[in-house]
Amino acid sequence: MAEEELIVKGLTGVDISLRIAGPGTRSYAFVTDWLLRTLLALGLLLAGALLRLVLALRTHRAPGNGVMIAAGIVAIAIYVLYHPVVEVAMRGRTPGLRKAGARIVTVEGATPGTGALLIRNLFRLIDSLPVCYMVGLACCLFTKQRVRLGDMVAGTVLVVEESDPVRSLGRLSAQMQRSALSLEALQLIHDLLERWPSLEDAGRRQLARALLAKLDPGFDPRRDDAANGPALKARLEALLAGPGH
Amino acid sequence: MPVPDTEATAWIRARAPQWQSLAAAAATASQRPRATVDEALSTLGTYRVMTQHLASARELLPGSFLTVALENACASLHAAINRAPRLTGARWLTLLRDDIPMAAASVRVLALWIAALLVASAFAGWWLISTYPELVTLIANPRMIDGVERGHLWTYQVLDIAPPAVLSAQIFSNNVVVTLGAFCMGLLFGLGALYMISLNGLMLGGLLAFTHQHGLALGLVKFTLAHGPVELSVMCLAAAAGTALGEAVIRPVLASRVQSLRRRAAELGPLLLACALLLLGSGLIEGFLSPRATVSIPVRLGVGLGYWTLMLLWLSGRLIPRAHRVTPAAHTSTLDSREASVGRGAGRGGGPAASVP
Repeated sequence: MAEEELIVKGLTGVDISLRIAGPGTRSYAFVTDWLLRTLLALGLLLAGALLRLVLALRTHRAPGNGVMIAAGIVAIAIYVLYHPVVEVAMRGRTPGLRKAGARIVTVEGATPGTGALLIRNLFRLIDSLPVCYMVGLACCLFTKQRVRLGDMVAGTVLVVEESDPVRSLGRLSAQMQRSALSLEALQLIHDLLERWPSLEDAGRRQLARALLAKLDPGFDPRRDDAANGPALKARLEALLAGPGH
Repeated sequence: MPVPDTEATAWIRARAPQWQSLAAAAATASQRPRATVDEALSTLGTYRVMTQHLASARELLPGSFLTVALENACASLHAAINRAPRLTGARWLTLLRDDIPMAAASVRVLALWIAALLVASAFAGWWLISTYPELVTLIANPRMIDGVERGHLWTYQVLDIAPPAVLSAQIFSNNVVVTLGAFCMGLLFGLGALYMISLNGLMLGGLLAFTHQHGLALGLVKFTLAHGPVELSVMCLAAAAGTALGEAVIRPVLASRVQSLRRRAAELGPLLLACALLLLGSGLIEGFLSPRATVSIPVRLGVGLGYWTLMLLWLSGRLIPRAHRVTPAAHTSTLDSREASVGRGAGRGGGPAASVP
């Protein structure tokens, strides 16, 4: 049975829980990164071809293959080394992981070191077998912490991470200070805004109107009945941010 | 007992200003590439307060958005605090001078066994192709077979196909994939690594037998003299490391097989770096020197043996000298002197020097 959370021992004795990312998040991040590195590599090849063309036009003779060979080698290097280099440079993140809202941590919740990240990437050789990361995907589906072989060997886990958790806490604290609403009311607005993109338009407008009618003294249900989704959302956000924002 | 909403709200409102400043401090700490001692201590202080508040929030407001926000912020700060230092020059030196020889020493015996397996497989390959010549189609492609049958070795024609630099890059990448593959396949209880070595040995012996049948064996040996010793040794080392990985799964030394595997992989990681660097060198030799028919056998032998000796010196820890070599007898006194130097360092920094017993 797969675990939902990774519980790590905090330095002060307070356990910290991290939500483990599933195969869906992992695949989404991988595909995003794959597209990015493919585009980079192809862009470089295209640049090489353009440079060759410019050289040919300027010198009025057919240039050698040097430019294309160099561009090809660099393009292959980008394609192959993208993951190890980017993960090490971004300390366990990649653009794809960031977009998917995930990051790599060690089983102790720490930022993984260079060695662990390199070992994790080395085992892609096995995880990618026979095609389309089938070994890795099968491992993710059947392991407790939803890890592929590389993660298992390197002692890393993919966890869900908010885009900027520290700033998010600061923003919420500021809202708590400014707003006169009760905690329960704030929680309701927060939940609705969080689920806003996944709700149907009619449903979310109905919920927003009901909430605003109760919590916002300036909201008139009869006058603002025709308000569209974005306007209602903006009103809820203003209510959450408190007066003066 | 559920906490009344008003009490929870009051608790939060009382701490909200502090959270704002803590969040700002945590954000700075997470983005800081380096930290002074004071900054590190201040970050630890922030972490301590945040985790205290997290513990209280879990009691007062389980599952609320603020508890989740505190949880996320604490996790982020935890990861920021617990991070390995960046690879500095000193760390690289330790890696090249100490970690790599240590990892090589830990698989020395296994590497010798793997080398013996390679030799045995090569003999088996030689016997197989000598006895059943038609089986050469299993280990060589039709173009190679055709060329050898007409008296030409494929090894000296490669420069006609690609320039040396491209050839070196191709050879290097191919060798790295084979070597790293031998290591990774070791995960299958060591059997994958043994399979790869046996297969390579069979191919090597078979090709030698095939070229020998057509009077070209000396040419093939001449071609491999310069780069072969290191290339084959590195393959044996990587396979030995893979087998050690498999052994960690079969006979775990820690509480679980996964823990044991992780520790062994971390210990053997530096050896793979050494393998990759050594293969880079042999790729360059194979691309630039080996295919040139004009290079004489003594030169090839000199390069091959020289590079192999260099590899042995490095892997045995004799290539990069230490300022003070640690021997088992001197180990205790070295530790004492390190503690004393820590104490002197603390004294110089303005603080009281640590007392060394």
